[in-house]
Amino acid sequence: MGYLSRLSNVVRSEGDPKIISAGRSSLGAGDRFARALGWFSIGLGLSELLAPRLVAGPLGMGGNEGLLRAYGAREIGAGVLSLSTEKRAGLWSRVAGDVLDMATLMTALRRDNPKRSNAMLALGLVAGVTALDIIGAQRAAGGQRRGGGRGRYADRSGFPQGVQKARGAARDEEKRRTTAAAS
Amino acid sequence: MKALVWHGKEDVRFDTVSDPEIEDPRDAIVKVTSCAICGSDLHLFHNFIPAMLPGDIMGHEMMGEVVEVGSGMNGHLKKGERIVVPFTIICGQCEQCRRGNFSVCETTNRNRHLAEKAFGHATAGLFGYTHLTGGYPGGQAEYVRVPFADATHIKVPNGLSDEQVLFLGDILPTGWQAAVQCDIQPADTVAVWGCGPVGQMAIRSAILLGARQVAAIDRLPERLGMAEAGGAIPINFDEESVVERLNELTHGKGPDKCIDATGMESHVTPSIPDTLYDRAKQMFMMESDRPHVLREMIYVCRPAGTLSIPGVYSGLVDKMPMGQAMNKGLTFRMGQTHVNRWTDDLMRRVEDGQIDPSFVITHTVGLDAGPEMYKVFRDKRDACIKVVMRP
Repeated sequence: MGYLSRLSNVVRSEGDPKIISAGRSSLGAGDRFARALGWFSIGLGLSELLAPRLVAGPLGMGGNEGLLRAYGAREIGAGVLSLSTEKRAGLWSRVAGDVLDMATLMTALRRDNPKRSNAMLALGLVAGVTALDIIGAQRAAGGQRRGGGRGRYADRSGFPQGVQKARGAARDEEKRRTTAAAS
Repeated sequence: MKALVWHGKEDVRFDTVSDPEIEDPRDAIVKVTSCAICGSDLHLFHNFIPAMLPGDIMGHEMMGEVVEVGSGMNGHLKKGERIVVPFTIICGQCEQCRRGNFSVCETTNRNRHLAEKAFGHATAGLFGYTHLTGGYPGGQAEYVRVPFADATHIKVPNGLSDEQVLFLGDILPTGWQAAVQCDIQPADTVAVWGCGPVGQMAIRSAILLGARQVAAIDRLPERLGMAEAGGAIPINFDEESVVERLNELTHGKGPDKCIDATGMESHVTPSIPDTLYDRAKQMFMMESDRPHVLREMIYVCRPAGTLSIPGVYSGLVDKMPMGQAMNKGLTFRMGQTHVNRWTDDLMRRVEDGQIDPSFVITHTVGLDAGPEMYKVFRDKRDACIKVVMRP
């Protein structure tokens, strides 16, 4: 049982049921993985947005702080989307962002960049995170796996006496009642 | 006992919890024989309704056998009786209850100070819902305590199955009230947005109340098929323009009555740009509800028509075309359902075989399957429309 559940007991009355032990959750491994990636995205986005020099310097990308801030905002957006019920869209948007990050890092691999090796390492890390994002997107819930076509419930009118007899049945009853009461 | 417990966003668990206890002479304990997952449970599941707390027991559609009663029943309810529990907890004595406005009972919300701050005035206590409505433990459990049980119950006549009567506690009277609020006339066209369980009940109600034609709007073939089986004209908004089709059905006049059985989580799709706008704002907590259906109803409804809103909204909506609504002279009617106002009449209709609400059940499972079924229902997997659980 989580501490939040225990804490919430203060607002419950004496006779309200309280958790004794927690059981199986609707939150699957894919959902938890998506959440972890979402928070990672927000954390990375905040550092790019608030401290772009700390990110750009070690990569030899000084002068690109504005671009990094924009990427930070993008990361935060993708993170929020990954934490929402549209987590699959969020994780695929992260994959697209990863591709953009890798393309940008490629520009730091030029021979005259003294931090080239750092950029190389960062490229490898982004490639790894991209792989995790792809796995996460594939595992995330939220896909619409439908079943059945229009005919699936074609026999379920809900009217045991048929639709035709049901049409206006309540109105006709009311009319009869009103007429009887008036006469 | 076992119960489905809310722990956070998309996190409902099959937990072991302590048994409920009688607290007040008007309480009763009910052994739940059937309960269901409602569309509004999904709003809680997605954490779109504020003031849920980890440890809250879910569920407001339930029925069962009375196993214990407090000392203050005055003969209104006895041990061994079989009842449906309405989702609105009512005292039956306050001025609003006496007027039949049960969902705004002035007595039963035990967190009235919170509700008054949020809504201006307190509304009735509800089972398995936000703490703004009392935070009462719900009925997706083996047992539930029913407060004010001498008034908060619907007795089940012999010979009717759980499946036939379970929905008298919520979705059947909700669909019925939505249609009654439309004051349907014989020449009316009624359009229903959303063919989930409440939409299906609203369609049947509009048919019984004598609408000339009922249009059903959704995008899932199985839901549209079920709506068509109940006498509606299906409109798939993924395949055709809702506005054009409704105007075609009404010779350009628009539907006389519009029912929003969708609520705050209308479908998001790139082909309807305002849904993307709403979803983005909702995600960054700049808007709590997605009101696309309301906008479309206001736009397409015939002037001097009525909009009936059984779909749940929780807070703030943005970009509402009030100019259109005002100039067209539209009437808005909405609210949580005054369940007990309708149940005697609806029970008689079920007994007479005029309607059998069990048609909507597509999945019946044990309570232990609940956590998974929340996701199946949410994702519309396996043509899921209504889940009933047997604890």
